[in-house]
Amino acid sequence: MNTDIQNYLNDFEQLGNDIKTDWFSKQRLSALSLFKETGFPSSRQENWKYTNTRPIAKETFSNTSTRQSVSISAEEIDAVRFQDLDCYELVFINGVYSREHSRIDGLAKGTVIDNMADALAKDNSKNNEILKKHLAQYADNKVSPFTALNTAFIQHGTYINVPKNTVIEKPINILYLSKESAKPFAAHPRNLIVMGEHSEATLIENYIGLDDANYFTNAVTEVSLAPSAIMKHYKIQQESLNAYHIGNLNVMQDKDSRFESNSISLGGSLVRNDIHGQLDAEGASIVMNGLYMTNDKQHVDNHTRVDHLKPNTHSSENYRGVLNGKSRAVFNGKVVVHPQAQKIEAHQNNANLLLSDNAEIDTKPELEIYADDVKCSHGATAGQLDQDMLFYLRSRAIDEGTARSLLTYAFADEVLKDISFTPVKNRLEYLIVGQLPDAKLIREFTNE
Amino acid sequence: MLDIKELHAKVEDKEILKGLNLNIKAGEVHAIMGPNGSGKSTLANVLAGRNGYEVTKGSIEYDGKDLLELEPEERAWAGVFLAFQYPVEIPGVNNVYLLKAAVNAIRKNRGEQELDAVEFLALVKEKMKLVKMKEDLLNRAVNEGFSGGEKKRNEIFQMAVLEPKLAILDETDSGLDIDALKIVSEGVNSLRSPERSIILVTHYQRLLDYIKPDHVHVLSNGKIIKSGGPELALELEEKGYDWIVETEAA
Repeated sequence: MNTDIQNYLNDFEQLGNDIKTDWFSKQRLSALSLFKETGFPSSRQENWKYTNTRPIAKETFSNTSTRQSVSISAEEIDAVRFQDLDCYELVFINGVYSREHSRIDGLAKGTVIDNMADALAKDNSKNNEILKKHLAQYADNKVSPFTALNTAFIQHGTYINVPKNTVIEKPINILYLSKESAKPFAAHPRNLIVMGEHSEATLIENYIGLDDANYFTNAVTEVSLAPSAIMKHYKIQQESLNAYHIGNLNVMQDKDSRFESNSISLGGSLVRNDIHGQLDAEGASIVMNGLYMTNDKQHVDNHTRVDHLKPNTHSSENYRGVLNGKSRAVFNGKVVVHPQAQKIEAHQNNANLLLSDNAEIDTKPELEIYADDVKCSHGATAGQLDQDMLFYLRSRAIDEGTARSLLTYAFADEVLKDISFTPVKNRLEYLIVGQLPDAKLIREFTNE
Repeated sequence: MLDIKELHAKVEDKEILKGLNLNIKAGEVHAIMGPNGSGKSTLANVLAGRNGYEVTKGSIEYDGKDLLELEPEERAWAGVFLAFQYPVEIPGVNNVYLLKAAVNAIRKNRGEQELDAVEFLALVKEKMKLVKMKEDLLNRAVNEGFSGGEKKRNEIFQMAVLEPKLAILDETDSGLDIDALKIVSEGVNSLRSPERSIILVTHYQRLLDYIKPDHVHVLSNGKIIKSGGPELALELEEKGYDWIVETEAA
């Protein structure tokens, strides 16, 4: 037996009977046995070539929610909330749902926003029907052992069901907050979003470390978009610099649906984000914007995959990275155009700014095209700050430090300029400036 | 104001300036003319402090200071301004924010009160008229998507706002049509003052039809080989650079 995973198997045994005997128990067990078989991924696997998960495997994390509980004050939560944003909000503390701090009342009739654990436990036939139809259908346990692990431990997380023709005006903000607890813990948030025909919603997933605690977040989000559904999705990852974060987002798209993903990675010591979009009917489109900013010894890996399964589908992807210190980042963007998926369009770009000689980027666009009438493009760059721009700014009286920060900010900001939701855009711009030296100066410069 | 003595400079190990002497007094306009490769742009870049231009010999005294000791931004604080031959596009950096930061960096370093938003806007509005600057260009990213003429106009607009003591205009006329050339020249002329010295670096005489220099210098092979008044430019136009290069060599 692989000792790395023994702790997970033990914790699974300790889960209450209500979890082990619910309608989902069969799927938990099969996910667990899959994880038992494969263990943690090895860097010999192509998909994990540049990211070594040993540091996660060799630590012992507690997976049972009762041991993770700490209290967080309202003030601490307020400090990380969006200012003046009218939203529905779910708060999770060390992976456990906090009803006290969440606000999800006043929903339109038929719309459900709930803690996953509660939704699973409720004896509501309609809900169960939807959950059964969609849960664990889009995130493939076989693709990643982390997904299998998450599936085995599904408890807390966000379940959203937006019925046909319903537009949720207020964004749904999810705060996954983490704080030092008695034992290093693992949280396995599981989110499922089911969007009906012609429905619209904006979802923000925040992963925030409130201190420098050591923990492991292993999140999985599944999204199903019915015909003409629209979802704007934001993920803002600000985990503790001693935390591990594995995030998996899976989207299944029906006809004319539109998904916009914005993934911003700022925190974490070892981070892996996977996004998988499946364009399963004509007219479906996905946009993926991403930004990662790394420093010191951070390691951030972004893997994306789009499957163009049907004709007339569109994908466009723009990821940027700013690397400093001895940090390392990985970008792997895969586009698969399946046979018969004619008249598709797929564009991809990854640009990296290396601010230090010791930072490293591995970038790899991958196109697999099995159709002949397609429009595809991809590009990847890695470079330093442009010397001509730097000199231009300095010749205009801007001191060198500020000029460098300003150009770095401008580079990162390119990804944000297409973000259509202003409060998120403002917040992200604020966070990005905060990552730079001379943050105060740059704020003066860019505000007004 | 500016005293250049025996200036030698190299770019990538190639010596470009080979003992250049130039003295400019406050309020004077000097034109530096010369064939391609004579070192005109090298002189402009050395004055502004660009990386990669290594001064191996000689000195530049500006306003009582050793100019070569100063970083590019320190030169700007001290009143040196370079209007670029090829202004760079800087996506994501707003034109007007840059200008405000520039104005206030200069004021701060001179111990003057920084301008607030209202005062700055008033200054900008006034200077925009000088070069007939279109308002929508102000709020765009620096030079991004500007036409060649708009870029050059933006340079002169910046010069108008920053009010330098020494302005170096590096081939500002290149790529301009006749209307744009007129507008830019009018802008420069309106900025002439007894306190401000201007160096016009140009290949062609036509700019000097609009901006009358006090002195004209011919630069060839890294040295000034002939100096004179405005009439020298006309003579060059008529006879070409070969004439003078050959005459001087003889």
